[in-house]
Amino acid sequence: MGMQFGIFTVGDVTTDPTTGRTPTEHERIKATVEIAKKAEEIGLDVFATGEHHNPPFIASAPTTTLAYIGAQTENIMLSTSTTLITTTDPVLIAENYAKLQHLVDGRVDLMMGRGNTGPVYPWFGKDIRQGINLAIENYALLHRLWTEDVVDWQGRFRTPLQGFTSTPRPLDGVAPFVWHGSIRSPEIAEQAAYYGDGFFHNHIFWPASHTEQMVRLYRQRFAHYGHGTEDQAIVGLGGQFFMRKNSQDAIDEFRPYFDNAPVYGHGPSLEDFMAATPLTVGSPQQVIERTLSFRDYVGDYQRQLFLVDHAGLPLKTVLEQLDLYGEILPTLREEFAKLRKPGVPDAPTHASLVAAAGGAKDATVYAAGDDATGTTDRDSVVHEADPEVQQVLDGTL
Amino acid sequence: MKHIVVVSAGLSNPSSTRLLADMLGEATARAVEARGTEAEVEVVELRGLAHQLADNLLTGFPGNELAAAIEKVRRADAVIAVTPVFSASYSGLFKTFFDVLEQGVLDGKPVIVAATAGTARHSLVLEHALRPLFAYLHAVVVPTAVFAATDDFGAAGDGQLQKRVDRAAAELAALLTAGTTVAAAPARRLVEDEFEHPTSFEELLKRASEGPPAY
Repeated sequence: MGMQFGIFTVGDVTTDPTTGRTPTEHERIKATVEIAKKAEEIGLDVFATGEHHNPPFIASAPTTTLAYIGAQTENIMLSTSTTLITTTDPVLIAENYAKLQHLVDGRVDLMMGRGNTGPVYPWFGKDIRQGINLAIENYALLHRLWTEDVVDWQGRFRTPLQGFTSTPRPLDGVAPFVWHGSIRSPEIAEQAAYYGDGFFHNHIFWPASHTEQMVRLYRQRFAHYGHGTEDQAIVGLGGQFFMRKNSQDAIDEFRPYFDNAPVYGHGPSLEDFMAATPLTVGSPQQVIERTLSFRDYVGDYQRQLFLVDHAGLPLKTVLEQLDLYGEILPTLREEFAKLRKPGVPDAPTHASLVAAAGGAKDATVYAAGDDATGTTDRDSVVHEADPEVQQVLDGTL
Repeated sequence: MKHIVVVSAGLSNPSSTRLLADMLGEATARAVEARGTEAEVEVVELRGLAHQLADNLLTGFPGNELAAAIEKVRRADAVIAVTPVFSASYSGLFKTFFDVLEQGVLDGKPVIVAATAGTARHSLVLEHALRPLFAYLHAVVVPTAVFAATDDFGAAGDGQLQKRVDRAAAELAALLTAGTTVAAAPARRLVEDEFEHPTSFEELLKRASEGPPAY
């Protein structure tokens, strides 16, 4: 597989401005599953979901969503856009995504992000002013939890760990691939480069100049840290399109969604925003041309995800958009492959990571008995103080 | 060569705000040149950027013309900021421009503040609104703030306005040619600085762990 194509969602529950109807949470959650299954059906490689913990989003509990989708799909890779590395306990991320990795046989990777919702920090006991520091330290711990069986840890942002083993261990002894996403924080490009992880630029809602600057820095620092040449760094991009066979139809249909969209609505005109950001509204051919032009400023890259289901677009329209995406997909694959410089690595997969690690190895850590007596604490603790606990242990309660 | 950027928030064309802005720009160029240093003055008119300023509030990034104006201010050696008085303060348009500047852009930058209004009763707006704004932005505002009322431009003008303009210009020129930075503290690091000289990961990790436990 050369380059991966897919979609990413933020899971927003937004009123359809053309009908005034707002889907229920239940409808939107089920629609997300439909969209993911459709993505597999049209031959996409990746489905990614965001993470939010507040209305108007249904994107909490991402591993629940991804596992449910994973059970109903065969090939599509499940990812995140993004996983909140700032406010989520790295121990929980390590457990949840390793579990998911086992359940879907390696079809999972994830993208770390700091989120764009200020109030989320205090909900999880964190301070937004520590955003970068949280991203740096939490990931340092997550990385160790996946690569070391037994971890002693002392840091600033969570309670220390002594002899801790995160379970399950990663599938085949290989941690899920990690991308780091950031719009304009050079520190995150530096972090991705240091670990030799992937760097993803969301590449929507913002000018391409931000993307170009971040990717350039990431590539330079990736080479600086000795992971390979700048061309060998692993880059992913977002994107946003709305297509109809006739480009004017696309513009007319999308305009009310654009004008009222969360994030950028009631601001610049659709035309100005299309010129200033990678948004493409037009014919399939226009989307192909614009997408191919992305590599002019980031170089050959490994993953292209599009946002297709936001701003209140009804499920039916989103599925139509995916049909059109499916139609241009062979051309996109072919044209990108033709332009690709030799020596550019493929998008990483579980199989490629296992191969790079010298083959699969089971990484199960078996609990050891007490070295002195060969027993566990359950045998030795006397619960006289609490008769109920004793009854539970005896099996009489 | 000293580069001076005049930010004018006048709305009509021609506006008395622009008139005052031009007087200050010319006087400052003269004062700098009198000290044997070349000066170049550029004017940023905010009126034509009004839509892009509103868009920037919503999208978080500037359109091309606004980005060019911001870049001029960022690179300027000194700034002359002139606003009409609206409802007892600077105008919303004027404030929006300084709202969308990245924190640190004006650190240590010599600034003249100036304002126009129909009557001199508004003159303390300079001291009560503009000076605190630029103090917050860590600019170095010269002691003389220049206020011009309608009378100053009319027949009743007594030449006092030109005197105030020249005094403010002389103060700015003195700061500009002092040969040393006027700020005691180094300017805050901008995103562009970080791209040019990225902080190493080792340092980022060290910084992350500094400080008392936060759990």
